[in-house]
Formats: sequence, structure tokens, C-alpha cells
Amino acid sequence: MGSEGLPTAPPIPFQDAAKVSLANAQLRRNMGKATRTIRGKRELVVAEMPDWEGLREAGRAIKERTIRHLDRALIQLEASVQQAGGQVHWARDAEEARKIVADVAKSHDVKAVIKVKSLTTDEIGLNAELEAAGIEVTETDLAELIVQLAGDRSSHILVPAIHKNRSEIRELFREKLGAENLSDEPKELARVAREHLRKKFLTTTMAVSGANFAIAETGTVCVVESEGNGRMCLTLPNVLVSVMGIEKVIPEWNDLEVFMQLLPRSSTAERMNPYTSFWTGVTPGDGPQEFHLILLDNGRTRALADPHGRESLYCIRCSACLNICPVYERTGGHAYNSVYPGPIGAILTPLLVGEQNAPSLPYASSLCGACYEVCPVKINIPEILIHLRGKVVRHKQDQEGLRGRLDPEGLAMKLLAWTFREPGRFETAQRLGRIGQWPLVKNGTIEHLPGPVADWSAMRDLVPVPEQSFREWWRTRT
Amino acid sequence: MTALAADSDGHVFSQPVLFMRISLFITCFNDTMFPETGRAVVRLLERLGHTVEFPMGQTCCGQMHYNTGYQREAIPLVRHFVDVFREAEVVVSPSASCVGMVRHLYPAAAELANDPKLAEEVEALRPRVFELSEFLVGKLGVEDVGAYYPHRVTYHPTCHSLRMLKVGDAPLRLLRAVRGIDLVELPQATECCGFGGTFAVKNSDTSMAMLGDKLRCVLETKAEVCCSADNSCLMHIGGALHRQRAGVGTIHLAEILASTGTETEDRHGL
Repeated sequence: MGSEGLPTAPPIPFQDAAKVSLANAQLRRNMGKATRTIRGKRELVVAEMPDWEGLREAGRAIKERTIRHLDRALIQLEASVQQAGGQVHWARDAEEARKIVADVAKSHDVKAVIKVKSLTTDEIGLNAELEAAGIEVTETDLAELIVQLAGDRSSHILVPAIHKNRSEIRELFREKLGAENLSDEPKELARVAREHLRKKFLTTTMAVSGANFAIAETGTVCVVESEGNGRMCLTLPNVLVSVMGIEKVIPEWNDLEVFMQLLPRSSTAERMNPYTSFWTGVTPGDGPQEFHLILLDNGRTRALADPHGRESLYCIRCSACLNICPVYERTGGHAYNSVYPGPIGAILTPLLVGEQNAPSLPYASSLCGACYEVCPVKINIPEILIHLRGKVVRHKQDQEGLRGRLDPEGLAMKLLAWTFREPGRFETAQRLGRIGQWPLVKNGTIEHLPGPVADWSAMRDLVPVPEQSFREWWRTRT
Repeated sequence: MTALAADSDGHVFSQPVLFMRISLFITCFNDTMFPETGRAVVRLLERLGHTVEFPMGQTCCGQMHYNTGYQREAIPLVRHFVDVFREAEVVVSPSASCVGMVRHLYPAAAELANDPKLAEEVEALRPRVFELSEFLVGKLGVEDVGAYYPHRVTYHPTCHSLRMLKVGDAPLRLLRAVRGIDLVELPQATECCGFGGTFAVKNSDTSMAMLGDKLRCVLETKAEVCCSADNSCLMHIGGALHRQRAGVGTIHLAEILASTGTETEDRHGL
């Protein structure tokens, strides 16, 4: 992984990175407990909605319509924001976006910025860039602060420190915030963080945020949060820069009603989240007097160009798919090597950076389909995973020369497919399997498999191919 | 569509009035590795009065290739499946994931093949392809198939049966009607067992971590056998139970439903 939150070349394959976290019993316990709790709560608050399926359909329809006419919605948004006194910047990639933020900071000669929790700024690797320019960056979301103080990476899109438990956090605060005699009571941990942050809120003159939604009609930007730190950042400083992915635009105020019901229930399992902030450009004498909106592409138009992958841009970053995913629950987020982990990350990351730069991610799923069931905008994650697996294989076959064409897995798959094309060949293969398995069968079972399937027998026995196939039996009947 | 009938012991069960000509899609995997499941499907459907045929030309639906990314390689298998079953009145299979492939992924495969004629044929065939339990309960309206299976059983709903085909509680309805059965609920039943086709090999560590939790739930039920509607998941679950010498077996739903306690073929899962 480079300085950005997205892989720029194939990182450590998921299956290898996962080995580390799978062997970490503490992490498994933290993750299991946290995801079980949140998905149980989500189920309850979703069940009480009589029109949940209708809401999902509506949310999906709004996103589908907007993404189809994304160009128009964005130009309308730009005009509305400008009319309300804001400045709009277009950023093709992470580097351009980082530079815009840094330039704004330099133009005001600020030495420090405070941040609202934002995946998009993590995606572009903003903190490192600002720090390199001598600007102190403070994350103000509690979990994001924990991750920042620990020099760690986020492992969940909503709960970045989900992999840490409270005693680990206590130790961190003792060390980094000088809070001696601290207990691991959540209330006390929050108090220490609050005291640390309060000083920053009152002295810092520039803030950086992301955006959950931006309304094209009015130019209003919206951030949905729980702790109130966002509200502080969005109202106290003089200068505000918001970085948003171009897919976050929605056409009208009325559309928000749908998402305001879908998002809190799906993400924090709340009927309503505690703080929802809206701002439209600049209001003289009230709040930031200078507002910049950065519209970020960074691979989104690449995803948009894929007719099967496109719907991944409907994502409202609720994290319900992470919490329900049996793979994510066990591996944690770091194994995905992307700012977007879990099922949505396994499709979004390869779509943003190109499948050849994240080829193991589409395989990081058993295709159980639980993510699709809970997605508030009905993104068919399993089918997109399969679609992307196809792209990974076709890239290997068509663009990696002889090495790609001679890949052992590919050759085996081709041979098998050739076998299945004719029932005669298939039956011969059945017989060969039955005869050829004799060195492997001991006491009526197979405990060791060779070569690429050896991993099967690492922890599982295998039944041998029986004496008579079904078709052979059927023939004896007729 | 159903009427009551009685077996030789005077036990009453519902019997479909409509007799169908059923084409079996046994699947390459069951054909090769678990022929007893195929034989059970034949026994069961014939006992219910239907005519069963097994088109000998059938091989593989292409699911493994398609889901692993070898989609161009799967296209000839999609064509082959359509050729073999084109004329079938109804196709029934004891594998939820293979039926899921045909019903949900064949349209995309035909699109990838850029073959409108294939797409048309897929559309015509799709609605006639059923997984065994959804066919029995949903299509034939049968729940009591006259089975006898005096064992403690727990049922694992496979992901594809549950979330792709949405068979709902059809398998449980069938099991509840089995005489002698001691059916115990599996804790956290709807969670994936970790098989996932080539996932079990490509991501074997994660697969095992998921399986570990599934085994804990299965063992907690004190069941003698774990039953499911797909032998692939069962091979994964059963393989680990066997490795651990847990003394708990696995059995396909069809084999329990075919069991009457009177036939040589009746297998008691171990």
C-alpha cells in the first residue's frame, strides 16, 4: 500500500494477509463481539419498519437515476454551491485533490487543521500530505483519533478502531495523551479524548470534512455523525474544505428523506443519528466564511464505465455489509489492504483502481449473499464479485502474455471445461479419478491431497470417489 | 393439487394428483462423488408417482468455472446444459447452488457470450429448473413424503438455497413431516459454513475459520447427523467432522426423504 488509501499495485494477496489476523485470538474476539452486537441491533430497528423493502427500492432508484445523469447533477451542484458563495474544485485523482486542500491551507498560512471523520480524505491519503507540509492534522472522531494516535490503519468504514478493545485504548491514551490512572470505562476514555479535542476545536481555524450527501438543487452539503465533533468542525473554524466523491450527489432535498431513514438504521442501528449537519455555501457572520467543495473522481468514472460494476457507486457507506459478512468478521479490515474493506470494499476497490491492481479482493468472499440482503440500496455484491472475478481471469489470460496463458489453475480449468463438453469424456474422467485415487485412499478416506488442492486436506478429510457413478447405476436400471 | 394417500403401514401422507415427467439434473459432482443422493431422488420422486428420466448427455452446469472467473470457459457448458434440457417439462436437481447458477447466472453468461439466441433459450428454460425441496413444497404442494428416519438431525440451510433461490422453510417443512425424526434447530443456522466453491481452497484459512464456528454449532445440537440440500457444503462440513473423528455424520436431504426404513439403500448418515 502506498501513501494513498487505495492500492496502486497488487498488494499482499488477501488470502495471505488474512492469515495474520485469523491467528490473532484477541482480534477475532474483538471483531466477533462488535459485529455480532451491531448486526443484532440493526436487525431489530429494520424489522420495525413496515416499508423497509420499499425504502430500499426507493433509495436504489434515486441513486440509479442520479448516476445515470451524473454529469448533469454535478454541473447543477457546482452552480448551486457557487451561487451560495462556495468555491468548487474538480479533482481527477488523489494527488490533485490533496494539492487543492494543501493550497487552501497555505493561502491562509494555517499550521493546523481539524478533521471530521471522512473516508474520502483517507482514500486520497490527505493527512500524510498535510503533515509533510508542516501542518498538524487532528482527527476529531473518537475512533479515528484512536487510529491516528496509534499510527494504525482504519479497519472498518464506520468504526475505524473496531479491532481494538477498551483496555488497548486505555493503554494508548495513557501513553499518547498523558492520561495517568485512567480506567478502561468507556465514559472515562471519552472524557480524556473530549478534553484533548476541545482545545483543538477552539484554536484551529481550518477544518476538512467529507460529505455524506450533496444536494444538486440547492448546493447543500450534508454530514451525518454521532459524536458532535463534526458539528464543531463544520461551524467553529473560519475555513472549511469538503472532499466528496462525485457519486455522493443527489438531485433534490426530497430525496434525503429516503436516505435519512435508510442510513442510520443500517449503519449504527439507530432510528435517527444524533447529529446531522447541513450547510449551503457561506452565510455571512455564521460559520465558516470560506467554503471549498472538492469533487473527486479518483477512479469513480472508471467504475461508472463498467455496466455491471456501476451500481457499486450507489453505496452510502453504511457498513451493514461489513457487519454481516462472515469473512470480514473473521479476517478484520486490514487484510483487504484498502480504505474500503469488507464486501463493498472487495468490489469498490478493484473497480476504482482496476481489477489488475487488486486481483485477490473479488475472491475474498464465499458468495454467501448476506451482504446483498442487508444493503440499503440493494447493491448485488455477490454478482459483482463474480463479474470482477471474470475480469481478473480475462486480464490474466489476455494481457499477461505466456505467463498468464500457462497459469496452472487456468490450464486445469480449461482441461476440465473441455472434459465437461462431452458426456463421454466426462465419464472417462470419472473412471480415471476412481482408478487414479488409489495411492491417496487409506482406510476408506483421503487425508492428504497433493498440489494445488492440498489446502483442502489441511483440515478436512475427503470421501473417495465411489465404485459406481450415478450414470453407471442409471444404466443398470434401463 | 394434492390429495391424501396412505402407505402400506396405513400412514397417511399427501400425494400429488398431478403426475409429472421430471428430468433430473443430478450434477457432475453428485454423479461422481455422491451417487447415493441421486438414487435417493429417483426413489423419492417415483414413490410419489412421477416419471423420472435422466438425460445421459448431461455433464456440468459450469458453476465452478463461472464463479471462479473462468466465464468464457463456462459458456460451452451453458450451451450444453441448454441443449440437454431444452425439451424438459421440468428439471429437478438436488443442488441449490447448481440451480442458482442456471436460474440466476445463466442470463449473464449468455450476455457475455454475446449470443441473443442462447439468451432467449436460457430465458425459456430458467423458470422450469427447480431445486428438490422447492419443487416438492412449492410446485407439487407436498410436505409429507412418507419418509421414516428415526434419528436426531440438525439442518444447515445452505446460502444459495436460502438467499439465492429463497426456498424459505421448504426443507424444514419436509423434515418436520418425517416420522421418527428428532429435528433439532441449528444455532446461527443461516451463517455460511465457509465452503464457497473454490473459496475453500483459495482462502482455506478463512474458510476453516468459518467452518470452525459452524462445527461448534452442529456439535452443540448433539445431532447424529447434519443434513443439508447441497452435498458440496456437506462435503466441507463432513470432511472436518470426519477429520476430528467427531462421530457425527452428514446426509443430503433427499436421502432422509427417500428413507422408509425398509429399503437396503436407506442410509443412516454415517
